[in-house]
Amino acid sequence: MAAARKRERPGTEPEAQAQAQAQAQAEAQAQAQAGSGPPPVPQFPPTFSISEIKNKQRRQFMFQRWKRARRQEQLAAKKKRQKEREALGDKAPPKPVPKTIENQREYDETTVDPDDEEVAFDEATDEFSSYFNRQTSPKILITTSDRPRGRTVRLCEQLAKVVPNSHVYYRRGLALKNVIPQCVAREFTYLLVINENRKVPNGLIVSHLPNGPTAHFKMSSVRLAKELKRRGKDPSSHSPEVILNNFSTRLGHSIGRMFAALFPYNPQFVGRQVVTFHNQRDYIFFRFHRYIFRNEKKVGLQELGPRFTLKLRSLQKGTFDSKYGEYEWIHKRHEMDTSRRKFHL
Amino acid sequence: MQHDDLLWDLLGNKQFCSFKVKTKTQNFCRNEYNITGLCNRSSCPLANSQYATVKEERGQCFLYMKTIERAAFPFRLWERVKLSKNYERALEQIDEHLIYWPRFIRHKCKQRFTKITQYLIRIRKLILKRQRKLVPLNKKVERREKRREEKALIAAQLDNAIEKELLERLKQGTYEDIYNFPIHTFDKALDKQDEESETDSSEEEDDEDVGQVEYVEGDEIDESDLSDLEDNLEGEEEEEEQEQEQEQSSDAEELEKEPSTSKGKTPVKGPAHKKRPYVEIEYEQETEPAAKVTSS
Repeated sequence: MAAARKRERPGTEPEAQAQAQAQAQAEAQAQAQAGSGPPPVPQFPPTFSISEIKNKQRRQFMFQRWKRARRQEQLAAKKKRQKEREALGDKAPPKPVPKTIENQREYDETTVDPDDEEVAFDEATDEFSSYFNRQTSPKILITTSDRPRGRTVRLCEQLAKVVPNSHVYYRRGLALKNVIPQCVAREFTYLLVINENRKVPNGLIVSHLPNGPTAHFKMSSVRLAKELKRRGKDPSSHSPEVILNNFSTRLGHSIGRMFAALFPYNPQFVGRQVVTFHNQRDYIFFRFHRYIFRNEKKVGLQELGPRFTLKLRSLQKGTFDSKYGEYEWIHKRHEMDTSRRKFHL
Repeated sequence: MQHDDLLWDLLGNKQFCSFKVKTKTQNFCRNEYNITGLCNRSSCPLANSQYATVKEERGQCFLYMKTIERAAFPFRLWERVKLSKNYERALEQIDEHLIYWPRFIRHKCKQRFTKITQYLIRIRKLILKRQRKLVPLNKKVERREKRREEKALIAAQLDNAIEKELLERLKQGTYEDIYNFPIHTFDKALDKQDEESETDSSEEEDDEDVGQVEYVEGDEIDESDLSDLEDNLEGEEEEEEQEQEQEQSSDAEELEKEPSTSKGKTPVKGPAHKKRPYVEIEYEQETEPAAKVTSS
């Protein structure tokens, strides 16, 4: 049927008459040369492209045919390659590694070397050193922006269960600048503010209190505990373990340490709860699981608490002060978002 | 004499006035020089040739005056006087400039001035408090970020990453003695050692052992004693199970599903019964050399 259409169409279309003539000539030539046999595929002039055919039905038909032919070629090539590989056996060259964005990531000069002394020295003397030297234990204050709606309030409560030694306070229109000295006076180490927009939490400000850095994140994909599928029972009050994945640059390191200092230094392994901050392409995924080792090779995970993704917007040196603070890092869209393979965390 | 009454008759009542805003109960006047804001015979700046207002520009208050003498010169019509920042002093200034003017205009000017100062104070107070900054969202950017987040989530393979990390920690021994698995790590270490020794021995002593006669111990377990063994094994298994139960009960309080690989708490009956002793025998043989290794 397709072949019949092929021969009828060129005659009826007024626009494809040139093609029809070319076809007829080519066919005539081919037939003259080859003699008998099915009519060969017409040879089009090299500047011709399928997208130039004006008739939609014909264009679609030609494109499908081209696609089918290409697919068959690719399958054939693949089979050939597989056969060669099998034939060679052990001597076959190693499989080529597919390119991923992580593979192709542009080299960041601030990537931390595990045995870099300068970094180690910096980290021993920065604001979190007192936590990592076990001098201070964390105490967290969780609050929201003005007039929080239900989702935000529930998220605060759930976060308070995830993070041990945390307290939730209502904002009631207080200015953070006045709140912070009071927190310092009562020996809080962290201030977490969940910003809300249109009844949905969309921002997170993490401020290390004595005079530590303040990080401002964009929060997205917030799922409260009861919206998760296959959820476990409520989290117990044991201190969870912390997993920090893929924080490779200096900036990432400092953010990672900031997250690590939220949780008490000695996790209670009996509780079998783990908090994960996984950085992938500058998005930090927060998860809260309960795990169980089935044998030494298999772990079972059960998701408990809320989950959300964070994207760092700015890191400021002192405590929260958006006007006069000194910013270590701000996300500038026109400078930093130009390459798909450049990440900062 | 300016035709004020005529103007008012036309604008206020009969004809159209572009500054007039009509509502159900009241008429307002949108003229910027109007002193009260209402559309009245006495408040209309067009229908009064002698008129005064107080207006505020960038925090500074001015007294504007219009007199009939300048009615022919619209450019010079309104005379402006800057009022002092001091409230009482400014009121005196208004009185001084509007001396001999109608009572109504004087009164309304002072009222308007009072209101203006009050709202200027309020502005200054509010600036000191928290200010909300509205940040516009670029829809294209939001869409792009959302898509990239989805792709990053897929690339992250979170569950695998977390499991891998936890298993790493188990291997490194951060959990110390909480879990029962170290035996298997010993087994693995042993297997590795065995492999190494086997490869070594197979390479070196392959030729030497051929043809030599060796006398080897028989297996400790005879097949005729299987029945006795089964009883012994059951007893030992129960002991093991009790130990494991004690350990597992503390861990597995909240788990609803029992892992299928754990040894059953109740002895299995039926065809599986015959297979079990065979498996248990192998296990026991492997643990004995492990015990020997630890002791030495």
